Amino acid sequence: MQSTTLILLLGLMAVTAFYLGRGRSLSLVGGHGHGLALHSLPGYYGYYVAIWVALPALGLLLLWVLIEPRIVVALVVNGLPESYQSLSVGELNLLVNNIQNLAAGDVISVDVDEVLQNAASQFTSYLEKSRQILAVLAVGVAGLAGSFAWRRIHPDLRARNRVERVVRWFLIAASSIAIFTTVGIVLSVLFEAIRFFQEVPVTDFLFGLNWSPQTAIRADQVGSSGSFGAVPLFAGTMLITAIAMVVAVPVGLMTAIYLAEYSSTRIRGIAKPLLEILAGIPTVVYGFFAALTVAPWVRRAGEAVGFEVASESALAAGLVMGIMIIPLVSSLSDDAINAVPSAMRDGALGLGSTRSETMTKVILPAALPGIVGGILLAVSRAIGETMIVVMAAGLAANLTANPFEAVTTVTVQIVTLLVGDQEFDSAKTLAAFALGLMLFVVTLFLNIIGLSVVRKYREQYD
Amino acid sequence: MMNTDRTTRQKVEAGLPRRRRKEFTFKVLGIFATAVGILFLGMFFASLIGEGASAFRQTYLQLDIELSEEILAPDGELDLAYADFDGLVRTALRRELPDVSGRQERRELYRIVSIGASYQVRDLVAGNPDLVGTTQTLWVPASSTVDMLIKGNIDANVDEALRPISNKQIAWVETLREAGRLDTRFNTALFTNGDSREPELAGIKGAVMGSLYMLMVTMVLSFPIGVAAAIYLEEFAPRNRWSDLIEVNINNLAAVPSIVFGLLGLAVFINWAALPRSAPLVGGLVLTLLTLPVIIIASRAAIKAVPPSIREAALGLGASQTQVVFHHVLPLAMPGMLTGAIIGMSRALGESAPLLMIGMVAFIVDVPGSFTDPATALPVQIFLWADSPERAFAERTSAAIIVLLGFLLVMNLAAVILRKRLERKW
Repeated sequence: MQSTTLILLLGLMAVTAFYLGRGRSLSLVGGHGHGLALHSLPGYYGYYVAIWVALPALGLLLLWVLIEPRIVVALVVNGLPESYQSLSVGELNLLVNNIQNLAAGDVISVDVDEVLQNAASQFTSYLEKSRQILAVLAVGVAGLAGSFAWRRIHPDLRARNRVERVVRWFLIAASSIAIFTTVGIVLSVLFEAIRFFQEVPVTDFLFGLNWSPQTAIRADQVGSSGSFGAVPLFAGTMLITAIAMVVAVPVGLMTAIYLAEYSSTRIRGIAKPLLEILAGIPTVVYGFFAALTVAPWVRRAGEAVGFEVASESALAAGLVMGIMIIPLVSSLSDDAINAVPSAMRDGALGLGSTRSETMTKVILPAALPGIVGGILLAVSRAIGETMIVVMAAGLAANLTANPFEAVTTVTVQIVTLLVGDQEFDSAKTLAAFALGLMLFVVTLFLNIIGLSVVRKYREQYD
Repeated sequence: MMNTDRTTRQKVEAGLPRRRRKEFTFKVLGIFATAVGILFLGMFFASLIGEGASAFRQTYLQLDIELSEEILAPDGELDLAYADFDGLVRTALRRELPDVSGRQERRELYRIVSIGASYQVRDLVAGNPDLVGTTQTLWVPASSTVDMLIKGNIDANVDEALRPISNKQIAWVETLREAGRLDTRFNTALFTNGDSREPELAGIKGAVMGSLYMLMVTMVLSFPIGVAAAIYLEEFAPRNRWSDLIEVNINNLAAVPSIVFGLLGLAVFINWAALPRSAPLVGGLVLTLLTLPVIIIASRAAIKAVPPSIREAALGLGASQTQVVFHHVLPLAMPGMLTGAIIGMSRALGESAPLLMIGMVAFIVDVPGSFTDPATALPVQIFLWADSPERAFAERTSAAIIVLLGFLLVMNLAAVILRKRLERKW
C-alpha cells in the first residue's frame, strides 16, 4: 500500500472518529438539548477522539519510514552469500546501491548476475512486506487508540483542555522550526567545515594568499595538491561590497532624505512604489543585466578613458549590486529619520536653520545609529549576494584592489565548487562548506549588531 | 549710534546667500539620488523589453512535405521510431529551392530549417497515420540563425566569415521570403516546450512547471507553519529566554544569505535524508525554510493589528484563550497573513541561488510531472540561458525574464488588492 493512500485512509478515520466522538458525548447526556451537562462543547469530544486516532498512527508512520530502509538493507545483506558478507564497507555500499537500482528497474553499471537478481527481488519483496505490516499496524494503532479515547468520553472529561493542550504543542513546535533551521545550518556547515580543516589547516585557509581548489583525481598528477588560501576571495568580496556601498549608501540616504523632507506627497506616492519594484526584482535578473548590459558598458567607458578593463570587472558587478541595495538602505534610513521626534526638527527650524541644516546638523546625528545599523544590514546583504556575482564577476582568484580587474567572491566559489558532479568528501567540495561557514558567521555577526542597533534606537525616541 | 561691528541681523544676512546655495545643492542632490534609482529602473525595463520582445515571435518556413509511403512505411507498416522524417523535410526544402546542387551546398541548405521540423512531421504522422501518402503544407520553425537574420540581429553587411550565416543561405532565405514561404508568427514553442539546445525549440514550460511544483510545496508547508508560529509568539508565548531566542532567530534567519539555505538543503535533505537531487520537493523544502521568516514576521504584524478589545470581549463572554485566537483573532488577521504569504511566495519564486546548491541547474528537457521528477525553476532557467553563447538565447533569456517579472507583478498586485479590499481600519 502506498503511504499516500495510508495517510488518506488515516485522515478518513480521523474524520469518522470526530463524528463518532461528538455523537457519543451528546448521546451520553441525552441529545442535543442537554449539551450543558457536558464539560466542553460536543465538538471538542469529537476532536479529542480524532486526535487520538491520527497522532499515534502518524507518529508510527514517520518512525517506520525513517528506520525502514536500514532494516530492509540489513535483511538483504544478511541474505547474501558468504563471499559477499566479507566485502569492505565501501564495496558493500556500492553493491547495495546496485541492488536498489536494479529493484527500481534502473540500468546499473555492473553485469547482472543471479545473486544480484535474487537480492533485488528479495529487496522488493521485503519492501512490500514492510509496507503491508505498516498498513496493518498503523490502522490497528489508530483503531485501538480511537476506541480507547472513545470509551473515555464522559460528561466530566475535560476534552477542551486536552485538545487545546495538543494545539498549544503544535504551535510551539511550529515556532521552534526557526531554531531548528539555525541549528541545522550551523551543524551542517560546521561538520563539513571541520572535516575540511582536518585536511587543510585553518591557518592556511584563513591567511593563505593562493586559491586554486583544483585537486587532481590521481595523486601523481600535476597540481594535485590544490591550495585553499581564501584571502583573495575575502578581498574580492570586500572590493565588490565596497563598490556597492559607495553607490548604495549616498544614493539611498539622499533618496530617503529627499522623500522624507522635500518631496510633495504626490512625488513620494510615485517614487516609493517605483523603488519598491527595484527591491522586488529577482537577483538573477540583476545578474543578467550586469553581465550583458552594464559590464560591456563599463568596459567601453573605461577604454574610452584609457583604462584596461576586464570584461568581468569588479566594477560592473559592484555597481549593479549597489543599485539593488538602494531600496534597502533608503527604507531603513527612512525609518531612522522618521523615528527622530518632530520636536527636534521643529526646534531647529524655529531657530532659523534651513532644511538642509536641520537635516545635517540635527536629524542625521540623531538618526545616525539607526542609519549605521541599516548600513550594516546592507553590507551583510551585499556579502551574501550570489547571483549577481556568479553571473557578472570572475572566477579567477586575483588578489587586487583594482576595481577594473576581475575578482572572485566567496559566494561565487561556493557555487562553482558545488555545482556539477563531484564526490562529496573531496577537499574541494568540503571547502565550499568552510566558505559557507565563514559567510554565515560574518553575516550573522553583522545582522545581530545591525538589527539590535536599529531596534534600540527606534525604541529610544518612541 | 555709531557701531562699526555688524549687528547679528547683518551677520545672518551676509551668510544667507551661501546658506541658500547650500540648501539648493542639497535639494538637487536629493532629486538626483531619487532619480538614479528610477532612471535605472526605466533603463532596465527599456533594455529588457527591447531585447526580449522579439523572442515572442519566431520565423517559420512553409514547406510542402510529401509524406511518401516508401519512406514512412517501407514494409507496409508505419515505423515511427526509425523512419527518415529528416529526409522528408530535406526533400521538401530541395523542391522549394531546386537550383541547389552539390553535397556542400545542400548541407548548407538544410541548416536553414530547424531540426524541430522533423519532430513536427513525426508528431503529425503519429497523431494521424491516415496522412501517409498525402502531401501536407506545414509551417515549420526556421533555424535560429535564419530567425536572427530576419529579426535584424545579424548584420548581412558584415564580412561573410564573421557571421554565422553564409551569403548563399541569405539568398535562399530571400527567395523563400519572396515566394511568401517565410513568415514570423507568435512563438508558441517558447511556452509549450521544455529546455533545448536549439534556441528555436527551447521553451520555458518545464521551468514554469518546476517553479509551480516548488511553490506548491512551499505554500502548503510555510503558510500553516508560519501562521502557527506567529500565533504562538504573539498570543501564547511567555516572555522568557526561549521566546526571546526564537524571536532573535527569526529576525536573523530573514537576513541570512539565501545561498546558506542552499548549503543546508544540500547537507540535510540530499546527503543526510537521501532525497532525490534536482527534485521540486527538495527545492520546495529549502524555499519553505527561506520564506518562513518572511511569513512569520508579516503574520505577527497582522495579529498585532487586531485591537485588544476584540480579545477582551471574547474572553469576557467566556471563550478560552485558544477559542479567542482561532475564532476571532485569526479570521480578522487573515487578510494581512495572506498578503504576507503572497509576498513570501513571490520572493520564493525569484530565488535561484539555493536551488543551484541542490542540483536544480541540470539541463532538463522533459517537463516535470511530479514532485520528485528532475526539474529546474524559472529563475534558474534564466541563469542557464544567460550563460549560453548563442545570440538567440540572449533574446529568449530576456523573454523568460519578462515572463518571470509578469508572474511577480501579478502576485504583488494580488497582494495589494487583497490588502486594499479586506483590510480593516480599527
